[in-house]
Amino acid sequence: MPYNMKEIIANKKPHFTEGHRMCAGCGAPVVSRMVMRALKEEDSAVVALATGCMEVSTFIYPYTSWTDSFIHTAFECAASTLSGVEAAYKSLKKQGKLPQDNHTKFIAFGGDGGTYDIGLQALSGAMERGHDLTYVCYDNGAYMNTGIQRSSATPKYADTTTTPAGKVIPGKMQNRKDLAAIMANHHLPYVAQTIAMGDFKDLYEKAEKAIYTEGPTFLNTLAPCPRGWGYDTSELMNINKLAVQTLYWPLYEVVDGVYHITYKPAKKLPIEEFLRPQKRFKHLFLPGNEWMIKDFQEEVDRRWQELLDLEEITNKKNV
Amino acid sequence: MSIRERLSGNEAAATAMKQINPDVVAAFPITPSTEIPQYFSTFVANGTVDTEFVAVESEHSAMSACIGAEAAGSRAMTATSANGLSYMWEMIYIASSLRLPIVMSLVNRAVSGPLNIHNDHSDAMGVRDSGWIMLFSENNQEAYDNLLMAHRIAEHKDVLLPLMVCQDGFITSHSIENIMLEEDSEVKQFVGKYTPEHYLLNKNEPIAIGPLDLQGFLFEHKAQQAEAMRKAKDVILEVSKDFEKWTGRSYSLFEEYKLEDCEIAIVCMNSTAGTTKFVVDNLRSQGIKAGLLKLRVFRPFPAEEIAKALSNVKAVAVLDKADSLNGVGGALFQDVAAGMYVHNTQVPLVNYVYGIGGRDTRADEIESVYKDLQEIVKTGNIGNPYRYLGLRTKK
Repeated sequence: MPYNMKEIIANKKPHFTEGHRMCAGCGAPVVSRMVMRALKEEDSAVVALATGCMEVSTFIYPYTSWTDSFIHTAFECAASTLSGVEAAYKSLKKQGKLPQDNHTKFIAFGGDGGTYDIGLQALSGAMERGHDLTYVCYDNGAYMNTGIQRSSATPKYADTTTTPAGKVIPGKMQNRKDLAAIMANHHLPYVAQTIAMGDFKDLYEKAEKAIYTEGPTFLNTLAPCPRGWGYDTSELMNINKLAVQTLYWPLYEVVDGVYHITYKPAKKLPIEEFLRPQKRFKHLFLPGNEWMIKDFQEEVDRRWQELLDLEEITNKKNV
Repeated sequence: MSIRERLSGNEAAATAMKQINPDVVAAFPITPSTEIPQYFSTFVANGTVDTEFVAVESEHSAMSACIGAEAAGSRAMTATSANGLSYMWEMIYIASSLRLPIVMSLVNRAVSGPLNIHNDHSDAMGVRDSGWIMLFSENNQEAYDNLLMAHRIAEHKDVLLPLMVCQDGFITSHSIENIMLEEDSEVKQFVGKYTPEHYLLNKNEPIAIGPLDLQGFLFEHKAQQAEAMRKAKDVILEVSKDFEKWTGRSYSLFEEYKLEDCEIAIVCMNSTAGTTKFVVDNLRSQGIKAGLLKLRVFRPFPAEEIAKALSNVKAVAVLDKADSLNGVGGALFQDVAAGMYVHNTQVPLVNYVYGIGGRDTRADEIESVYKDLQEIVKTGNIGNPYRYLGLRTKK
């Protein structure tokens, strides 16, 4: 169905209001607002948040930015907390204790700390149990809320406060975890990797699919952090675009096990384009460190090829 | 009409849960409470209950899911023991701070380490300041009865706090004893419907739960929790009175067993009270004025009532089934001592740490405590108040 993104942004309820305290140039609120807009007008949601930047900036007692019901408990358990809410909904609905016209959707947001790391077990459990909920990870690639410590989502060589680029060790020495792949291997009905880019169509459409696919669904979204990554706040949308065009952050979805790459750049940009505007990679551009960029590029290429292969294999199977 | 049955403590707890028919149960197995979610899953699988059973991947998620479910507007229950409770610890505090009347069956077991699966109270003592109401049960009957009363207490508008019903792992959880059960329909009527004032799934009034609560507000919120805990005492007594009217079984904050005219008293909780009653009866037949104060309500702690009940006693021994590793004695001992001091009951008081890791506590050992108390009364000499009972020592 053709629709106009501008009209959607202008007219649909955001469910997430202005006045929150997220930083200027942060990628996360853009994600949450757009994901929430994907709710149908007649539906409401219960939103669960993991402790993190978004939680401490959007619900500071007695004010909240969330217009739907909202729950935050702790760092590692947005998924398990929301699974309890969803179980209650199912139970009350089944027993006729809730009005039949109550159509509630369940959406969790967590940063990479609360999702890739400390919350991975609770997330895996909730997904395996098959709760009808959508988990959205806003991946800013480090523990930004506590002051830029490395996470398993932090890219290799990034300078963080627990992997400082020093004289002997040049930043984080490990590659990042591939969480979307881990989620896809839970054999969920819908998993997607997306980003707030251009007219937000990719993010909006994937959010809509995730929310309205029955069962557990997962969205991995890149959410740059101006403080942690070291870019000018006005550069957010450019950084997002470069992440996609260099294939650092490929956009794809996995529907019932079938991979669809949703954006294939006509001309892939070299990874330097993504790395250069970020202070966390500054040391990669010092003379003698060219090997790091080369290594980074090889990892990006390897993962892209893997994705192309998965797309080919899974689509062939389903012909 | 009550129904005579024979059940283990775990069966009694599961039966109570079946009759309560909660909307959600989220649990993870751990010895010795594993049977509770097992039995309960059977009820779910056979359609005996309306409950959504959430078979979580850990106790942390069990309590998280209970919090989500209770906040959503449903009744949520769980069961655990020892390390399971330790793993929940973070969420235990969050459950009470969010004022969610979740009910838990805690089958007491030693917390690691080293690993031990048998009974002591170190799990319960680890959460004694978490804002949960804590009821202790001597046997399967009390575990059952306490669970039937739990929701009425926890969900009372003056309280709104989570509640755990404790019983001794293996000693009562796995021992089959006689029990009086109540009719399903009567339980349903007594427990009543859950009608929360604010809940997540109320479309007409969206709410936000679990804020960042800073210097301007947290203090007041914690004080409100403390106030609710203080008020819980009267609610417990009120519900217990209603329960007695219904079943004829009488409950208070604690049980006074031959305490009225007694000279030497033991204070303890859970199954050891049964052994102690046997010893008290034996000593009484010899003309020794022994008595027992069996604590049922550990949180809120009835300090004033305990001090009053012990005010005419000549010496008291508090038995702690968990050591506090603080250099001065067990948690129950310290609470009793503080309560008596504050309420002007000055009686010689000693502490025995006993039964750690499931070490059997025999009647002759309990009797030795009374003998020690007789000696204290005679000589006026307390000696070391921080003692062990049943500990092997080099002779």
